Amino acid sequence: MSYSRVSKLSLVVIIDYDAGNLRSVQRACNEVGIAAEISADADRVREAERVIFPGVGAAGAAMRSLQKNGLDEALHEVLADGKPVLGICLGLQISFDRSEENDQETLGLLPGCVKRFEFQRRDLKIPHMGWNEVRVIRPHPMLAGIEPGDEFYFVHAFYPSPALADNVFAVTDYESEFASAVGKDNYFATQFHPEKSGRVGLRLLEQFACWDGTC
Amino acid sequence: MLSKRLIACLDVRDGKLAKSVKFVDTKDIGDPVEKARAYYLDGLDELVFYDITASSDKRNIMLDVVEAVAEQVFIPLSVGGGVRSVADATDLRLAGAEKINVNSAAVRRPALIAECAEAVGNQNIVLSMDIRRVTPTSELPSGYEVVIEGGRRPMGMDALAWALEGERLGAGELVINSIDADGTRDGYELDLTALLAEAVRVPVIASGGAGKPEHLYDALTTGKADAALVASMVHYGDYTVSELKRYLDGRGVKMRMSW
Repeated sequence: MSYSRVSKLSLVVIIDYDAGNLRSVQRACNEVGIAAEISADADRVREAERVIFPGVGAAGAAMRSLQKNGLDEALHEVLADGKPVLGICLGLQISFDRSEENDQETLGLLPGCVKRFEFQRRDLKIPHMGWNEVRVIRPHPMLAGIEPGDEFYFVHAFYPSPALADNVFAVTDYESEFASAVGKDNYFATQFHPEKSGRVGLRLLEQFACWDGTC
Repeated sequence: MLSKRLIACLDVRDGKLAKSVKFVDTKDIGDPVEKARAYYLDGLDELVFYDITASSDKRNIMLDVVEAVAEQVFIPLSVGGGVRSVADATDLRLAGAEKINVNSAAVRRPALIAECAEAVGNQNIVLSMDIRRVTPTSELPSGYEVVIEGGRRPMGMDALAWALEGERLGAGELVINSIDADGTRDGYELDLTALLAEAVRVPVIASGGAGKPEHLYDALTTGKADAALVASMVHYGDYTVSELKRYLDGRGVKMRMSW
């Protein structure tokens, strides 16, 4: 595990694919000194030294929007170049092979699928909305500093089901455990919203600016 | 395990913080941006801004307030008051609101819920309901009636039926605001909150009547609410956000205790 301080002035691009409010991610980046740019331009994404891949919404529409602008290919290239990429919420979900939402084939950056929460108990509300503990099960530079009891903000009705245990770095309990932080090499993604998770979330974003893409 | 949420509601009129008692006689009590930042730093889980500006030409002031808060507060922001169209909802989202509350306009035209849910996502549409207690009748079998215009106009709609309809149309969360309890500080209307919380699958926020920490405990246990909304209790400095959370945590309610 290595951790080197990279200039916060390097180009960070937030991928814009009509999937939710990206300005809240940009504002949180700004708060920790990262001047992130929002762009829907695939070439601009290729130029970036770091990419944030956020998103709120449905998997089907998100995939169509990515493909329309060639952003799916740009994302694959950025990852192949070894540049650090941070997925958030829907960004994480469409990184897997397939989503039950709209029965959609997705990017396939990580093996596994995304499933819908289904509970017998009526007191378990859907979506899973609010603050919940993120328990680190495998150290990762992006998760440095998280203490037992630290909670992050979640809003989602679908959850990731990774095929490989090695891709899971943190878990969260909602009736049963699900993967709340996943990654592989220079790709890292959270099911929760660091931009809405107060101090601990801001710290995670700050760590992204310094992460060298290894784990 | 998911934590229960403590939410503070800031009523904003002409860009200033106001607090109403039974929805009338509002008075200014400070700068909303400053209050929001202080609550955030003290561990608040979520913020709601309610625009009670009377004239519609002052809406831009509210967008400025939301934008200023969104730059300093990194927890979910929910905004409501006078949302009548998808354009209102998307303007507020761009200004930095996570969740959009719809109320009176949705009662008058329920399709607004579905339209907004389509535009900004179900999980970001909150149906805020103002409700008063009535004698049960065949039209109002639950004994609770939906009211609008800040509580002044009864609509002849059953609150339970409206909650279920709101959920069906795509609301991702409900705020249950008791007009009878609002501003009294005598406690939430627990029967109402529990009735609706058990009927729907989406999270429910108890609102109206909080005056003491035990009222919050009751709403989150007996009242079956997922979140408790406070206003005067914290605005006037009687209690702090962290103090309320420590109290609830001490009584065994799962709360976020590190921030």
